[in-house]
Amino acid sequence: MATNKHTLVAIVEDKPGVLNRMASLFRRRGFNIESIAVGHSEVPHLSRVTIIVNGSNAMVEQVRKQLDKLVDVVRVSDITGDNITIRELALIKVKANSATRSEIIEIADIFRANIVDVSSDSLTIEITGDEDKIDSMLKLLRSFGVREIARTGRVAMVRGNLGTRPAEEKTAGSRTNK
Amino acid sequence: MKKTGAQILCESLIEEGVEVIFGFPGGVLLPFYDTLPQYSKLRHILVRHEQGAAHAADGYARATGKVGVCMATSGPGATNLVTGIANAYLDSSPIVALTGQVARAFIGKDAFQEIDITGITLPITKHSYIAMEASSMANIVKEAFYLARTGRPGPVLIDLPKDVQTEEAEYRQPGKVNLPGYKVPSRGHPTQVNSAAKLINEAQRPLIIAGRGVIISGAGAELKQFAETGQIPVITTLLGIGCFPENHILSYGMAGMHGSGYANKAVDSTDLLIAVGMRFDDRVTGELSAFAPNARIIHIDLDPAEIGKNVRVTVPIVGDVKAVLQALIKLVNTTDHVEWIQELDELRKQHPMMDIRDSAGLLPQYIIRQIYEATGGDAIVVTGVGQHQMWAAQHYIHNEPNRFISSGGLGTMGFGLPAAMGAKVGCPDKTVWCIDGDGSLQMTIQELATLVQDNIAVKIAVLNNGYLGMVRQWQDLFYDKRYVATPLSCPDFVKVAEAYRIAGLRVTQREEVAPAIKQAMQHDGPFLIDFMVEPEENVYPMVPPGAAIAQFIEEPKKEVSTWPRTSTP
Repeated sequence: MATNKHTLVAIVEDKPGVLNRMASLFRRRGFNIESIAVGHSEVPHLSRVTIIVNGSNAMVEQVRKQLDKLVDVVRVSDITGDNITIRELALIKVKANSATRSEIIEIADIFRANIVDVSSDSLTIEITGDEDKIDSMLKLLRSFGVREIARTGRVAMVRGNLGTRPAEEKTAGSRTNK
Repeated sequence: MKKTGAQILCESLIEEGVEVIFGFPGGVLLPFYDTLPQYSKLRHILVRHEQGAAHAADGYARATGKVGVCMATSGPGATNLVTGIANAYLDSSPIVALTGQVARAFIGKDAFQEIDITGITLPITKHSYIAMEASSMANIVKEAFYLARTGRPGPVLIDLPKDVQTEEAEYRQPGKVNLPGYKVPSRGHPTQVNSAAKLINEAQRPLIIAGRGVIISGAGAELKQFAETGQIPVITTLLGIGCFPENHILSYGMAGMHGSGYANKAVDSTDLLIAVGMRFDDRVTGELSAFAPNARIIHIDLDPAEIGKNVRVTVPIVGDVKAVLQALIKLVNTTDHVEWIQELDELRKQHPMMDIRDSAGLLPQYIIRQIYEATGGDAIVVTGVGQHQMWAAQHYIHNEPNRFISSGGLGTMGFGLPAAMGAKVGCPDKTVWCIDGDGSLQMTIQELATLVQDNIAVKIAVLNNGYLGMVRQWQDLFYDKRYVATPLSCPDFVKVAEAYRIAGLRVTQREEVAPAIKQAMQHDGPFLIDFMVEPEENVYPMVPPGAAIAQFIEEPKKEVSTWPRTSTP
């Protein structure tokens, strides 16, 4: 079956163990997660989780349904086909001396990245963008010697008025609202 | 008014209608146990092993339809519950497991008898809680019971740190449960229901396969009306047994690995399979690629994640089985499928299930039938796991829901005795038979002591063949009769029973079977019969692992004495 990359967005309650429950489910059902990013949402006590998963449509649909069954998961949407913005942030520490420093800064400028730290033998660059952009810059920086990379994992949002806000959810049954 | 965490727990349990707790105390649960006598409405039954507590709660839940409660102390007590919790999870049985935990300050310090039980049970609970403040206790208990019994039922665990049990808090009865992430689908989508009705009205050879979802939803009457209206034959899964009366003219028994030949053949030749409250377990489908090869499939289930998980479905309907069937009944044409039903009846003649051959030895099938006759089919039959379980499923005719209680998904040997105990506690006026194997019984045999201490009158039939029979059967059929690690040296079960102060009998002859069963049922209190059955009797038919379900092996032809099929309505 053809596999491709899917972007899932989950709205989850800020409760102890919620990430553990999600991670346990991925492991148990044999789902491979490429990236997961978690942070506060616009609603107090609710977090937003962006999950990138590689798999067939049927397999990703199973991931979505199984996640949705977790009591602390308020809503999960597969926004892959939607018009979405995806961003990731990376911090990259590159070896740099007086000879190479200006060239590295030039590369950072081309990618509209920021220099956030300088030392006698290194530069730390902060870059935001989609995966391809970050990978492209990394490719150029490798020749200078990359010391450390920290990437946040991707976060995603649907463009325009449509969204994945919990308030927009309409589900049948016994869902109770605050 | 201020109350301790333990008092709030007890009040909340009573509020949820709890009458009995199957439990085992320990250090960190002492505050709770010390509080318990203040609440005479809560009956505590002391088990002999925590696994028994979880299975008893499970058996209680399945027999009564209410939430079963079990309790264990921290550490080993909690880990001993794990098998029982997993069993309840796989069979969607509503239980609440209460576990003791070390005091809050000790959590994470590898304290004595500390174990991360919520972590361990994460993949086998519907949800779990650690009650970290006495003030949150009432809400947690309310949510736990709500989650356990609604939607697709399942086990919920509450971990109770010792010092939370003594902490004081204001006790207020909680308001409505507020769980934004928890949705219970109710009625099916009308468009889907209409599409399904259209398929049903067009089908020439429709077949209903009904599972435990029908029982959970209380949809037996609707299923009957639906089947009768459309004249649609009905088969069930193992856990669906009893959701449709097996003596009904449209009943074709159980499908699957040890299902009837005609049920499995029916799946093979149906043009429309209507799956109701079941999940296409591999034991019922056999080889998936050859399952229902000529059929379109309608799948009605409450759990959206079950739709499309194992088989491709033509029309999925996510909803409560009862509500969906009610909607379907209105849309299904009154019709008959005379040719299709004649064909199935012909298959039934070709592949008889209910015949028991003449044998000098004691046949397990014969014993099951005698128990059926003696109880008029009205007993609650609880089984362990193995050959005896399949014989009980095949040869006892089950016409009522919640009367056949068995471990399906997890296949837990040792389930029988404690689950029967739970069923009897829940339904004291019912005759409860635990039909067990000599292997299965020995996994939880210590619960005989619980039967005595609490005078729980379970009747136990041990089908004793001196083997781990089902494994031996696989060795017989697929491993060239190399019986490795399956011959079983058993104690004298009658003496064991006697040692526990339980009356018992050994039966070796066919003529002794009926009188022994009669004696057991007339006896006031628990009773054990050790039936010394044919050691190498196999369960037939059998679908070999990996084969299509229509490719079953039948019993090698021997002399048969036909058993009259009981009444048809």
